[in-house]
Amino acid sequence: MEMPKPDPGVLARKAKLVERLLKVLPKDAVIHDEAETRVYECDALTAYKCAPMLAVLPSSTQEVSEVLRICHAAGVPVVPRGAGTSLAGGALPTADSVILGVARMNEVLETDYENRIIRVQSGRTNLSVTGAVEEEEFFYAPDPSSQLACAIAGNIAMNSGGAHCLKYGVTTNNLLGVTMVLMDGTVVEIGGAYLDAGGLDLLGVICGSEGQLGVVTEATLRILRKPEGARPVLMGFDDNEVAGQCVSDIIKSGILPVAIEFMDRLCIQACENFAGAGYPDCEALLIVEVEGSEAEIDSQLAKIIEIARRHNPVELRESQSEEESARIWLGRKSAFGAMGQINDYMCLDGTIPVSALPMVLRRIGELSDEYGLPVGNVFHAGDGNMHPLILFDANKPGDLEKCEAFGAEILKLCVDAGGCLTGEHGVGIEKRDLMLHQYGRADLEAQMAVKDVFDPAWLLNPAKVFPLEVSEARRAARMAAE
Amino acid sequence: MRPETEAELAETVAGLNGPVRIVGGSTRGVFGEGQELCTTGLRGIELYEPGALTLVAKAGTPVAEIEAALAAEGQRLAFEPMDHRGLLGTRGEPTIGGVVAANVSGPRRVQAGACRDFLLGVRYVDGTGQIVKNGGRVMKNVTGYDLVKLMAGSWGTLGLLSEVSLKVLPQSEAETTLAVRVPDVERAVQVSSVGLGSPFEVTGAAYDPAAGQALLRIEGFADWVDYRTGRLGALLAEHGDVERVGESGAVWRAIRDVEMFHGTTGDVWRISVTPKEAPGIAARAEAEKLLFDWGGGLIWALVPEGADLRARLGAFDGHATLVRASEETRASLGMFQPEPPALAALSNGLRQRFDPRGLFNPGLMG
Ligand SMILES: Cc1cc2nc3c(=O)[nH]c(=O)nc-3n(C[C@H](O)[C@H](O)[C@H](O)COP(=O)(O)OP(=O)(O)OC[C@H]3O[C@@H](n4cnc5c(N)ncnc54)[C@H](O)[C@@H]3O)c2cc1C
Ligand SMILES: Cc1cc2nc3c(=O)[nH]c(=O)nc-3n(C[C@H](O)[C@H](O)[C@H](O)COP(=O)(O)OP(=O)(O)OC[C@H]3O[C@@H](n4cnc5c(N)ncnc54)[C@H](O)[C@@H]3O)c2cc1C
Repeated sequence: MEMPKPDPGVLARKAKLVERLLKVLPKDAVIHDEAETRVYECDALTAYKCAPMLAVLPSSTQEVSEVLRICHAAGVPVVPRGAGTSLAGGALPTADSVILGVARMNEVLETDYENRIIRVQSGRTNLSVTGAVEEEEFFYAPDPSSQLACAIAGNIAMNSGGAHCLKYGVTTNNLLGVTMVLMDGTVVEIGGAYLDAGGLDLLGVICGSEGQLGVVTEATLRILRKPEGARPVLMGFDDNEVAGQCVSDIIKSGILPVAIEFMDRLCIQACENFAGAGYPDCEALLIVEVEGSEAEIDSQLAKIIEIARRHNPVELRESQSEEESARIWLGRKSAFGAMGQINDYMCLDGTIPVSALPMVLRRIGELSDEYGLPVGNVFHAGDGNMHPLILFDANKPGDLEKCEAFGAEILKLCVDAGGCLTGEHGVGIEKRDLMLHQYGRADLEAQMAVKDVFDPAWLLNPAKVFPLEVSEARRAARMAAE
Repeated sequence: MRPETEAELAETVAGLNGPVRIVGGSTRGVFGEGQELCTTGLRGIELYEPGALTLVAKAGTPVAEIEAALAAEGQRLAFEPMDHRGLLGTRGEPTIGGVVAANVSGPRRVQAGACRDFLLGVRYVDGTGQIVKNGGRVMKNVTGYDLVKLMAGSWGTLGLLSEVSLKVLPQSEAETTLAVRVPDVERAVQVSSVGLGSPFEVTGAAYDPAAGQALLRIEGFADWVDYRTGRLGALLAEHGDVERVGESGAVWRAIRDVEMFHGTTGDVWRISVTPKEAPGIAARAEAEKLLFDWGGGLIWALVPEGADLRARLGAFDGHATLVRASEETRASLGMFQPEPPALAALSNGLRQRFDPRGLFNPGLMG
């Protein structure tokens, strides 16, 4: 993956920059020693690594503002960082950049049950947001699998989703306001504890902008009351296509499950060997979970089971106890780990219309044979967000490249089927160069125009999202201006 | 001007040499300078997959046509767009492009989300005549910036929508409403908060001071609506007398369309506010009539013609939109709450980039 060449002019100004930053930050918040900056050399897309020039760890919006003002004046690129769990290389530095980490900003600023909101500093982890309101039986709905580690900052930047977003939506549907610092140090407040910020929906475009428009320091989030209970049913089918049809029929029936998860044979076996979840031996497995009171759960599951029976399942098992529910989910939740036991893997994130599921799965199988690399499929079926896991051997020369080429073909296939390159992980560097497959130049020009307005100098996370060739002129203009 | 295809629309825009007023069904002839550019030539549902909960339509398609197609499959627009004709005393057929451009959402917004939350993709023509697409027709999409949200609620000032793609949801089998007798708005907001903070998925929470009742709606399959209404009723009993309204469809339509204000004279404002602040804000409004929706988060206020409501309210967390007023009042007070300078600079910057010649509804938003 190509990254822009570091700017020698910027590197030459490092000492001066450190000096200025130390005037506004405590000593331990400015990391410039080469051994220490290496901590920030990558995110969860570990195939790509590059240590930043510096890292800073501010503790307040005010400090973030001062850091950005200094970097802006010095013409230094800044890469915001939450917890570094991006799977798309969103937080990957360049050698001439400053990593701005918000990990020290993790306070709860306000919880308000009457207005059903929580206000937090953006470095707070996703799970600990729910942790702060659990006592009162509330929760924060978006639940990425990485929720123990990932920060609200990264969730907002990537517009992250989770297993329960079929019912509750993704980050953007649960975000009410932010405090954000623009690259020139200006602090802006957008939205708040009320619905639908006035004026243009700036909040909507900030969410999912991958750290390219501003540094989010605080967020107002919607919290919800926990449902009375939840219970999954497990269904096995001897055909992927039939399982896909069953998903579509459930959705059409008017029931809105909180989750519909899908696994194919390779994943079923891997999970079974890894976690012993008691999965049946079959081609396709669905886990469908519903929420409500005992009686509501019974009635919804009865309807779902009736639909499933019409598709001749080889297995149909309604959980009878908490332990059984936990076991059913254990397999699904350990899917990535289980696949990791077999080999190295690359996790894709393309999304397709649910109706295209059978065709896309068939085609992925064919491509897998062509490339000679096995693929396991495990994904959020209700909303068509696929997660094909391509297995490869990082130690075998050429395997990573082969895997990348295969991955690119799958993503193009998703787009051609009416879907998109990424449903929840973001573009980052990983899918950057595929953007022209989904969008025309005019479409990308419109998106870049937004960045021109928020960050005219193109200093914030500049080498992401847009193909380098497409953003070249803008980045070059910045270098020339120095 | 009434182009019939997207290509024609793009050509028309490219050839413009002065501002236009974009109108859909013109359910309220949008004020402003310039010729009228009408979108109703772009009409028709292009794709509807009930099993995938998605619908794609040209922007000039009447909302009624879309609602009929959805109803035939037992589905609906869950954000419950209001019909402004009664309130504004206008005729014409509301279009889906107008609904999206104005981000129109009704009572269910508190639970299901706003119009913008159901918008999956857009195609539009920018101020240079360039056709642009963003988003698509899948539920989850983080590929590049979310211009879909930006276009929703931009009132045509960033571009002319030619096509929108929406997530739809199943209609509910049953609906019941609980009416709780309350003495004032403080108590109404409290009651709403109890309902909205309960696990029973309240899909509407309104208060009509004239009736002295806080209304809470529950929807879903018949058996669970029954159960939830029972449980919620018990929870609310300590706050006031609870009554069950069986067939409440008309009740919520009246709230959605602000029927209490139909046929009145005076200006109508729409205030978005933190629910807990609603009583204070409502008092400061000195309104002739009030209606509260979204658990107190949305206040409709009827005030004498020309009154500067924003001056009465002073600074608060939220914003006030002037929905119905004479042309002079709208020109002097502005339809939208002025933004703080830093945000106004961003918004103006975006408008300049999307519509560099200032053609689309100039001055409407700032
Ligand atoms: C095992 C595993 C499972 C995962 N499961 C899911 C899942 O189920 N669903 C899902 O959606 N994702 C998932 N992810 C991906 C990842 O966790 C999310 O993208 C997450 O939101 C990233 O958060 P972070 O705090 O780690 O951000 P980082 O990785 O630090 O950064 C991500 C992006 O956010 C930007 N950013 C960070 N902080 C700020 C800020 N303060 N202001 C502006 N921009 C900022 C960065 O520049 C970067 O572009 C998973 C990852 C792993 C490793
Ligand atoms: C003065 C006024 C106040 C309103 N106040 C509210 C309100 O407070 N809350 C609310 O929810 N709704 C409000 N509306 C929305 C409106 O009344 C309708 O509900 C909705 O717009 C119906 O569609 P229409 O086709 O009749 O739109 P129109 O009345 O024709 O247009 C509404 C707006 O959308 C723009 N527009 C229409 N079609 C397109 C398109 N294809 N591309 C881009 N822009 C387009 C118009 O320029 C205009 O700004 C208001 C409308 C007006 C004119």
